[in-house]
Amino acid sequence: MGWWPLPMRRECTNTWQVTAKVSLIDLSADLCGVRLRNPLVLASGIWGCCAETLVRAARAGAGAVTAKSCSLEPRKGHPNPTVLDWGVGLINAVGLANPGAAEERDILRAARQALEPLGVPLIASVFGHSPGEFCRAVCLVAQAEPDFIELNISCPNVESEFGRPFALDPEAAARVTEAVRGVYAGRLLVKLSPNTPDIVDVARAVAAAGADGLTAVNTLGPGMIIDVRARRPVLANLVGGISGAALRPVAVRCVYEITEAVDIPVIGTGGVLSGEDAMEMIMAGATAVGIGSAVYTDGEGAFARILAELRELMQEEGYRSLDQFRGCAHV
Amino acid sequence: MSRQPHHAHRACRVNRVVCEGRVGVTLILDGTMPAHPGQFVMVWLPGIGERPFSLMDDDPASLTVARVGPFTSALCELQPGDRLWLRGPYGKGYELAGRRHLLVGGGCGAVPLALLAKLARSQGNEVIAALGARTADLLMLRWRFEALGCQLIVATEDGSLGYNGTVVAAVQELFDDRWPEAVYVCGPEPMLRAVAIQAGAVGLPCWVSMERAMKCGMGICGTCHFGDRLVCRDGPVFEGREMLATCLGASGSTM
Repeated sequence: MGWWPLPMRRECTNTWQVTAKVSLIDLSADLCGVRLRNPLVLASGIWGCCAETLVRAARAGAGAVTAKSCSLEPRKGHPNPTVLDWGVGLINAVGLANPGAAEERDILRAARQALEPLGVPLIASVFGHSPGEFCRAVCLVAQAEPDFIELNISCPNVESEFGRPFALDPEAAARVTEAVRGVYAGRLLVKLSPNTPDIVDVARAVAAAGADGLTAVNTLGPGMIIDVRARRPVLANLVGGISGAALRPVAVRCVYEITEAVDIPVIGTGGVLSGEDAMEMIMAGATAVGIGSAVYTDGEGAFARILAELRELMQEEGYRSLDQFRGCAHV
Repeated sequence: MSRQPHHAHRACRVNRVVCEGRVGVTLILDGTMPAHPGQFVMVWLPGIGERPFSLMDDDPASLTVARVGPFTSALCELQPGDRLWLRGPYGKGYELAGRRHLLVGGGCGAVPLALLAKLARSQGNEVIAALGARTADLLMLRWRFEALGCQLIVATEDGSLGYNGTVVAAVQELFDDRWPEAVYVCGPEPMLRAVAIQAGAVGLPCWVSMERAMKCGMGICGTCHFGDRLVCRDGPVFEGREMLATCLGASGSTM
């Protein structure tokens, strides 16, 4: 794959004792045949506008990084305010601002070149109005040869313009997946929405249509925050997707239900802020774990902190690898 | 009483409006906004928009705004008693070093330097504020630096007031005399680079404040990236040599 693992556990070489103790723990994960040095994946929409910040997330410890979603044509996104910390999480309606698939391809090329020596896989993210538009954007982005392409069929913040997200309907989700599968032979992830009572049906349909893996979940909602003194919703888009701590129980349930029903790997994303949250997501069945809002609370230090906490918790509980507890919560 | 978390918007009222020449206004608000000089707030006008602004003062919270577009025009039309909403403060501010500070501001770059001057003067430090603009009526906040007891150098590119030329040229003599112990800059990027190079050449610590369009303002969206730095969270104030190094390493889109 043109991919080579980093020398492992460089940080543990100060004493023999520490090396012996910590090196028993293997944090690596296998995502559709691609080895991640650890399960943490920078989620789409966080930092991912340019190659330099993606590389910075990788240097900060991410096991894989996802670029911001792009569409065939450039988009300005929604006007400000676009993001708000409402106390128990974030609410955002950035509105899929992006420079368009052609420019994104160049950003992805630069990112891939810099990420390869770090051994950190790159996930591109694509969205569109229609299966045909998805395909055209995927074809452009694929020229950058990212390790994965993720189809964002679940953004809740552009409904007035795009109509109901494809991810709310199993058939619509399958149509997009199938269309892209027809033009793209690489590893294909599909990002699902928690805002449907049928997430398991959607997951089954998307898997049957040829997805290699799933990302679950996109933001919850849409929700609304009203400023009582301003007497109106804060977000310029009025509504936005909810992420952070408030999303986690929903995300964990979705991952649990999906991994009961389908065999393809899932990147469990939603409110993972600590090592314990990451372990919870993996116990629900996730192969890897998306990191988004944690970057708001901790900056780039989020990756190192969550990994250190996960490693410590694994040691405490006597696990040496993620496989030893992946999906173990299923009863 | 308030359920609002730290980073939600806070409603503030305009107490007083000070005219800033032809360019804009200073809005003196009720209440305080404790902040390090150089930090910024996101200012929200419901139904109009939200933009980042440096604090000109933290007690009382004050904003100085140049009229450049629809949002700043709306801010400039606010009257005493009107409300606006702030969240923040965000970002990394200036660090005070030494006892003799040279502040170099271009246009509305004077704004964060005014709060820095207040802090430096409160510690009894000497401050020279060098303010530059294209013409005299585009200069901002001279009154503020004077009131704080700063020595003022004014430069206009058309020679309508003070030194005839750029503020960068106007302060060269101070560097030659080794007067400053630290240099603080805010203004257009070519000016930031020029002063950072001037300061670097004589081994002086230098901090520059950068500007970028922002969405979240709190380090998530990446809109304000400058190389691999985020202006909202790693900045807006950077060490001069960090900025110069990032400029060299940055992609074409950010230069």
